[in-house]
Amino acid sequence: MSGAAVLFSPRRVGAMVLRYWYLLRSSWPRLLELVYWPAVQLLTWGFIQLYVADNATFFARAGGAFIGAVLLWDILMRGQLGFSVSFLEEMWARNMGNLLMSPLTTAEFVASLMIMSIVRLAIGMVPVSVMAIFFFDFNIYAMGFALAAFFANLILTSWSVGLVVSGLVLRNGLGAEGLAWTIMFLFMPLACVYYPVAVLPDWLQHVAWLLPPTYVFEGMRTLVIDHVFRADLMARALLVNAVLFAAAAWAFSRLVESARDQGSLISAGE
Amino acid sequence: MALTRPLMTAPAPAPSPAVAAIAARDLVKRYRATLAVGGISFDIAAGSVTGLLGGNGAGKTTTIAMIMGLVRPSAGRVAVLGADMAHERHRVLHRMNFESPYVDMPHRLTVQQNLSVFARLYGVADVAGQIARLAEGLDLAGLLDRPCGKLSAGQKTRVALAKALINDPEVLLLDEPTASLDPDTADWIRSRLQDYCRQRGATILLASHNMGEVERLCDRVIMMKGGLIVDDDTPARLLARYGRSTLEEVFLDVARGRGAAGAEAGA
Repeated sequence: MSGAAVLFSPRRVGAMVLRYWYLLRSSWPRLLELVYWPAVQLLTWGFIQLYVADNATFFARAGGAFIGAVLLWDILMRGQLGFSVSFLEEMWARNMGNLLMSPLTTAEFVASLMIMSIVRLAIGMVPVSVMAIFFFDFNIYAMGFALAAFFANLILTSWSVGLVVSGLVLRNGLGAEGLAWTIMFLFMPLACVYYPVAVLPDWLQHVAWLLPPTYVFEGMRTLVIDHVFRADLMARALLVNAVLFAAAAWAFSRLVESARDQGSLISAGE
Repeated sequence: MALTRPLMTAPAPAPSPAVAAIAARDLVKRYRATLAVGGISFDIAAGSVTGLLGGNGAGKTTTIAMIMGLVRPSAGRVAVLGADMAHERHRVLHRMNFESPYVDMPHRLTVQQNLSVFARLYGVADVAGQIARLAEGLDLAGLLDRPCGKLSAGQKTRVALAKALINDPEVLLLDEPTASLDPDTADWIRSRLQDYCRQRGATILLASHNMGEVERLCDRVIMMKGGLIVDDDTPARLLARYGRSTLEEVFLDVARGRGAAGAEAGA
């Protein structure tokens, strides 16, 4: 009566998405939290921008750069958190053994985490983007194709980071859980979320350009301030993302194998 | 709690006793300086119920984890239904299942939701029908809408057993299936396992500290100590060889390093 061995089954991915959906809808505080932090962040930075724009001509011209940065930063941050938290739910529930002993493959598990990161992101970001229109007259959807390019690059980076964090937690246990909440903040100064790359010292600029989000935030500022869409920046971001994602997938698979060697999979959650 | 419905969809073809459902060869697991399993070999015949006994740290859980493919052996190999579990476990995972106190079902999901997710993961064709069958057989019908986190220990064990049987597994690995249960509930669980074995002809490997459970369920006992197999026979022959009336006494003899009566006599 059981299905035959298939290495990638959309039905099993669907089962995992269903599992996370049951979990999300079982708790309204979890749903509220998805909107709460992005909303607080948006309001804080949005009003700062209004204040600065009233007192500086450049910032008046650059209207929306801060709010755009806030919204795109949240795609990066919440995308990774959506991926990592879904993974951590299995550790917290001590359910990892059940999953690893089931026919669910690593690729299917990762695919379900990716889908859930988008679902959680949508639940949080759609209301906040509407708030941006209402409070600050900033319509991120007016970016059109550029927004799609920004989103694709940011979500790819968030999945790469989520993969590495999940692998580290699987290998080292919940002692490494803190990484899921903090690691993305390392990107904030280096990816130049709120200021141009040119602000950084020369040597640090080289480091910044190794990070795909740097291209996205630079591209967003060019679009908002100069009304120019830099497709070249997005193409380069995609290239760096491809390398980053391949490296993250390799690291994740090595960490899973290491966990199998060390016996961490049978004590997952402890 | 009475069993009114069979725990499986349809009777399985009779297993061939000549075929080993589980085959371990020179299995070693070393964690840095610690030798958890020191080179063990055994075959578990299809359709048999085998007990894996040993004190804490004897290597039972590590052995079961290697059989499941969750721990990679340092040396040796283990095959389940012909598949090498270190490299091709996904060939057979849909034909096996397990229950262990080291894992739990997500607490916030209801029993129905949990079973539904696992039924889909295991590729069960008739999800609703299979859950209804298991709910009736394991007396879970009144619990299906309850979150797993709100169940008693006995109820959780029944749900874990339902998950372990969700795909009518040919090979079932059980690690302390009745730990922390009261005698009545534990006895009821053992009856369900016996029913399942009889109906399905499944192969069961059972790690337990409960000697009464092992005597009742198992037709073979593998005794481990310090990561090695120190004895391997039917319960009746073990009792005879050690000159004891219960497996508990045999277990104590093995744990305290007292050899079999026959062995001491030079047999």
